[in-house]
Amino acid sequence: MAQFVKKDDDRDEEAEYSPFLGIEKGAVLQEARVFNDPQLDSRRCSQVITKLLYLLNQGETFTKVEATEVFFAVTKLFQSKDIGLRRMVYLMIKELSPSSDEVIIVTSSLMKDMNSKTDVYRANAIRVLCRITDGTLLTQIERYLKQAIVDKNPVVASAALVSGIHLLQTNPEIVKRWSNEVQEAVQSRAALVQFHALALLHQIRQNDRLAVSKLVTSLTRGTVRSPLAQCLLIRYTSQVIRESSMNNQSGERPFYDFLEGCLRHKAEMVIFEAARAITELNGVTSRELTPAITVLQLFLSSSKPVLRFAAVRTLNKVAMTHPMAVTNCNIDMESLISDQNRSIATLAITTLLKTGNESGVDRLMKQITNFMSDIADEFKIVVVDAIRSLCLKFPLKYRTLMNFLSNILREEGGFEYKKAIVDSIVILIRDIPDAKESGLLHLCEFIEDCEFTYLSTQILHFLGVEGPKTSDPSKYIRYIYNRVILENATVRASAVSTLAKFGAMVDSLKPRIFVLLRRCLYDNDDEVRDRATLYLNTLGGDGSVIETDKDVKEFLFGSLDIPLVNLETSLKNYEPTEEPFDISSVPKEVKSQPLAEKKAAGKKSTALGAPPASLTSAVDTYEKLLSSIPEFSTFGQLFKSSAPVELTEAETEYAVNVVKHIFDRHVVFQYNCTNTIPEQLLENVVVVVDASEAEEFAELATKPLKALPYDTPGQTFVAFEKPEGVPAVGRFSNVLKFIVKEVDPSTGEAEDDGVEDEYQLEDSEIVAADYMLKVRVSNFRNAWESLGPDFERVDEYGLGPRESLSEAVNAVINLLGMQPCEGTEVVAANSRSHACLLSGVYIGNVKVLVRLSFGVDSAKEVAMKLAVRSEDESVSDAIHEIVAN
Amino acid sequence: MESCPSVKNILLLDSEGGRIAVKYYSDDWATNNAKEAFEKSIFTKTQKTNARTEAEIAMLENNIVVYKFVQDLHFFVTGGDDENELILSTVLQGFFDAVGLLLRGNVDKKEALENLDLILLCLDEIIDGGIILETDASVIAGKVASHSVDSGAPLSEQTISQALATAREHLTRSLLSG
Repeated sequence: MAQFVKKDDDRDEEAEYSPFLGIEKGAVLQEARVFNDPQLDSRRCSQVITKLLYLLNQGETFTKVEATEVFFAVTKLFQSKDIGLRRMVYLMIKELSPSSDEVIIVTSSLMKDMNSKTDVYRANAIRVLCRITDGTLLTQIERYLKQAIVDKNPVVASAALVSGIHLLQTNPEIVKRWSNEVQEAVQSRAALVQFHALALLHQIRQNDRLAVSKLVTSLTRGTVRSPLAQCLLIRYTSQVIRESSMNNQSGERPFYDFLEGCLRHKAEMVIFEAARAITELNGVTSRELTPAITVLQLFLSSSKPVLRFAAVRTLNKVAMTHPMAVTNCNIDMESLISDQNRSIATLAITTLLKTGNESGVDRLMKQITNFMSDIADEFKIVVVDAIRSLCLKFPLKYRTLMNFLSNILREEGGFEYKKAIVDSIVILIRDIPDAKESGLLHLCEFIEDCEFTYLSTQILHFLGVEGPKTSDPSKYIRYIYNRVILENATVRASAVSTLAKFGAMVDSLKPRIFVLLRRCLYDNDDEVRDRATLYLNTLGGDGSVIETDKDVKEFLFGSLDIPLVNLETSLKNYEPTEEPFDISSVPKEVKSQPLAEKKAAGKKSTALGAPPASLTSAVDTYEKLLSSIPEFSTFGQLFKSSAPVELTEAETEYAVNVVKHIFDRHVVFQYNCTNTIPEQLLENVVVVVDASEAEEFAELATKPLKALPYDTPGQTFVAFEKPEGVPAVGRFSNVLKFIVKEVDPSTGEAEDDGVEDEYQLEDSEIVAADYMLKVRVSNFRNAWESLGPDFERVDEYGLGPRESLSEAVNAVINLLGMQPCEGTEVVAANSRSHACLLSGVYIGNVKVLVRLSFGVDSAKEVAMKLAVRSEDESVSDAIHEIVAN
Repeated sequence: MESCPSVKNILLLDSEGGRIAVKYYSDDWATNNAKEAFEKSIFTKTQKTNARTEAEIAMLENNIVVYKFVQDLHFFVTGGDDENELILSTVLQGFFDAVGLLLRGNVDKKEALENLDLILLCLDEIIDGGIILETDASVIAGKVASHSVDSGAPLSEQTISQALATAREHLTRSLLSG
């Protein structure tokens, strides 16, 4: 027998005892009938309500009928005088959120409770009633609520005030009538009443700037009792500071002393709120920041994780704008790298990466290496991103950082993490030429043991593009051919293409590549075999080692110059006939191209290999497109193609943007046009350009667009001649001219007769920046020294009053169209001076470097010293001329 | 930022991530499924951390979550990502300590379920619609535990039929005036 009981106990423990074990909605609803008993058992009733609440809490729902039944039953319980039961009734009513006709049933009971002598009843009845009430009822109880706000019992007052905050959303005009009472409650001695009253008063007056300012002024002088209310006051104060600084530029910042005083408050939440408010002030100065940083620094070594987290998160944000201000905390930050809480550790590391200087990088990387092994992937990705920006900031340190990236690449990790690392390496290879060879080798090692097909194929493609251009391409072959032996079909096919690329680009490797490709002919996957056969035949693998024809290279490896979307549409429309599909019939211009480019610019550095590929391919595509037009084929090498500039507003009948192609002696405008009207077909589309405001340009040729059907983009070109090598500038006005034909939407056929029409476009401009290519140099100082002072030109300019120093710097960068180096385009807020380094290649392939020094005085007058070095004296002068004009 | 500090949810889960009592004050999680998914992810994320001596903190889906564990109970308070972390942790501490007082130190799942009414009342006294009502544990527990028959108040003599009569009167009046 004893044995039996024991067994039962065991099972209970396993199943984990719960008073709600096996609870079931239907049964509980049955139980709720006890609410109707004439003799109420309040204990029993409480239990049943708890069960109902338990069910709701677990996600159970009641049908409309069930809810109504329960509601009516519950209202009967107002007869009981048991406080505990009454509290449960309140909870239940709030949970059921009764409809307005049901509300009426309980209104009088609740109103009675509201005016009872028991404070617990009063406070809770107010909250319940306000929760379930509507506007009409509210006017009836308004009088009581006003009284409650100034009630001497703080619980009652708070209940009324908090209800007021909620009601303000639905019935603002009523709640606004209470401001006198709320005002009185702000002076309450009870801490939380003051907090709630302040919150409500501010919400009532939030649109009245003057009133808020008065409120803040009076309260910052008086005493605020609760830390929560003090936090609110700090928030309102920052709001007033923000709004007043817009009108009032000079003098001391108002209320700063109050915020600083709060840093000495005894409650940590107030100290932190004030410190955070100071760091978020617009254009905060380092003198203002210092006390806030000091208290945050103290928090960094607190024993409470929440405090450390709050401090490091705030400092991390400060480091983005004021890295110097945070450097004092570096020692404390470094000790946080080993923090138990990984969020804190990651924030500490990314802060350190932002504030660190060049000399500290090596030491920092050592510390991070230990840390990386034991954090989750999501944190690692954050760190990898931070390291990438650090490397771009200090290109000289690429060796340490690249090694770090390759080390973590070898360790365990999920796809997203590995992709982040590979993306970073690719970006570093692209932006830091010195890092190319080591970076490629790291990637090669990675694919030796890479479980992600996507990453392997992407890296192989990237190798095919970059590898042949290196000093010793042969060393990559082994890595690539290993893929052919060891990997799945997708990767093998990709490796075959990469091999062929090496073969096509590097003639000395050709014989060896052919041997390897021939082995692939026996692969058991058809795609791999097909690719090998194709490459062998086109590259001349029949034995004769000839130089690969340019056309063949184009055919095999040139980027597909037609958008895939257009190709897909054309292929779908193609009907199998005798006539083969003609790829040249596919429209080349894609409507969404500018959009895609915008996206690419916004989502910097996402897809692996895509950014460099799309950059080069855009130029390639343009070059090919232009050289295919006989009129333009004699213009020579394309120097630069601008980004598309929209000439129409969005959503107009015809969407037109222009791409400016700059040649040595010519300029070609490429107008990309889209017809957005389904009922129209445009023919003989040309852009008539008036170049009267561009004296140095002479119109040479126009290439009209024969037909522009609905939603299929097309291009028309206009070419100009200009003096050779001269960076001529000018403004051009454009009018789109065409013959419009009506299209029957049902048949899609156009009528025979058309009407001539024209459409005014916005003006386009050729500016000095169009003659400048943005080219990054990895080490500005070395480049500067090596150019030498022979053709250095220095001069000073007054830029007049500017909005801010940073605005002036950006204006000059845009004017010159050059590449800012070493992150010098970012101006620290509030600094009075700034130095900026720019590099670029000027038309005629002349390398240009620029050093800019800016200074600003109290009247916002900006002065600039411009030093130019280039390979050509006249170019140095030309740069000065650009600025002088 | 000018707004009042607000709490998005308070959760009390067991050692397997199951619900003891939860309360959501924000529309961020519209359905029960969304709520359960959030609870699951926050539970998994924090499960292995040691939040028994000091409250811990984590970021999840652009929210800040402060949490503390005792026995087989996991307490969570969630706020928006621009919320003052220390305010959230004050709320958590208030909830945690109040539950400790109400359960008389026996803070575990069994005790919590047996006194679920107290836990639910406790939640009701801490936050009202996202706004902090009270953070002092002894005050919260005091308000919840005042279980006694109301002696001072006039007995609510009104019978249910009277209540209905008054209600009907209100209804007709509002109909007439409307």
